Amino acid sequence: MRHLMNPLDFTTEELEQLFDLADDIQAHPDKYAHKCEGKKLATCFYEPSTRTRLSFESAMLNLGGHVIGFSDANSSSAAKGESVSDTIRMISCYADICAMRHPKEGAPMVAATKSSIPVINAGDGGHQHPTQTLTDLLTIRSLKGRLNNFTVGLCGDLKFGRTAHSLVNALVRYDNIRFIFISPEELKIPSYLRDKLKELNIPFKEVIRLEDSLPELDLLYMTRVQRERFFNEEDYVRLKDFYILNKEKMKLAPEDMLVLHPLPRVNEISVEVDEDPRAVYFKQVQYGVYVRMALILTLLELA
Amino acid sequence: MLNVGKIEEGFVLDHIPAGRSMSIYYHLGLDKLDCCVAIIKNAKSNKLEKKDIIKVECDINTLNLDVLAVIDHTITVNVIKAGEIVEKKVLVLPKELKGVMKCKNPRCITSIEQELPHIFYLADADREIYRCKYCDEKNSEKM
Repeated sequence: MRHLMNPLDFTTEELEQLFDLADDIQAHPDKYAHKCEGKKLATCFYEPSTRTRLSFESAMLNLGGHVIGFSDANSSSAAKGESVSDTIRMISCYADICAMRHPKEGAPMVAATKSSIPVINAGDGGHQHPTQTLTDLLTIRSLKGRLNNFTVGLCGDLKFGRTAHSLVNALVRYDNIRFIFISPEELKIPSYLRDKLKELNIPFKEVIRLEDSLPELDLLYMTRVQRERFFNEEDYVRLKDFYILNKEKMKLAPEDMLVLHPLPRVNEISVEVDEDPRAVYFKQVQYGVYVRMALILTLLELA
Repeated sequence: MLNVGKIEEGFVLDHIPAGRSMSIYYHLGLDKLDCCVAIIKNAKSNKLEKKDIIKVECDINTLNLDVLAVIDHTITVNVIKAGEIVEKKVLVLPKELKGVMKCKNPRCITSIEQELPHIFYLADADREIYRCKYCDEKNSEKM
């Protein structure tokens, strides 16, 4: 029995199989419409997350399965002080697979050690969010046809943005990847990631202005710059517009560049960019469902 | 000059940086043992000028010395049998440490579930960096 805790739990070969399955699901949805009949997914969400929970639920329903669960710790026995280990032992009796989101880092791993059903980490605090990374990778592979030979720009909050860190960690396993990290001084990538890239000889540069790098990029991964991350209001006001992607800035980007975003978007991508064919963040949401379908089938050994 | 006699079976931990012996005493759980333990502080040393030494008279299989490597891998560990040194152990950083360090990350699941064992894995042997198995936070506890 396998769990998914970290995007790197799967080898690149296993990811290829997963993505091939996701492609087949996309091409032949009817073939998979009854694959999970009689199976139940438990969505154990100790903190609200509409997007991820609905994506998991939609994935299971598309496979003909059922969904049970809770979407807030207050409506679960955690409010009475039950441990994650005890909860998962109980859930294991009710469901066939579990997707768990928890505000505390490592909670799904604790669950996995006590579980008799596969556990998927659906986000644990600022730590890991593997199905978002799988979504990002499938989106790139589907729209670009490959996962190697890219100059990847990551823009915004690169210090705290776990989706950006996970994507970097996942992409370094492919050939000829180069990164451009675009962020204010205060939100640069953490030193451990910088050290890792140097150790692996992965070329990268760190810049402040988005416009300067746009012409070089194959992929642009946008993240939100949050006001509360800045030490003072003055710096936030000075820098926030640097990281708003608008029509003007898109003119500087190559015609085949893709703009990705883990969503929710607040104001870092102007709505006028939504119509640009290079803006694929809403397609990403759809790929998120396909990859979760493929993941559920794989972990249930029904693929 | 203070003299502490030979031990028949056990360990002599030598070249402990002066002042660290009590920390080692507790980390090795020597306070919980019922055997004879001698702690010598600030002994003269050619190598360190001043050093601490710990002598433990016990069955050589009773002590887990993994934690010593984390505290200071330059400590000399002499294994004694029948009053003689039979082995000089080389301290190697353990791949995993359970119940030795505590994760200080307030966002870690161990911060709310008290019964969970605190487990750290060796993330970078060259820099002697251990990370929490649950949240991957770097250990910040000074041993």
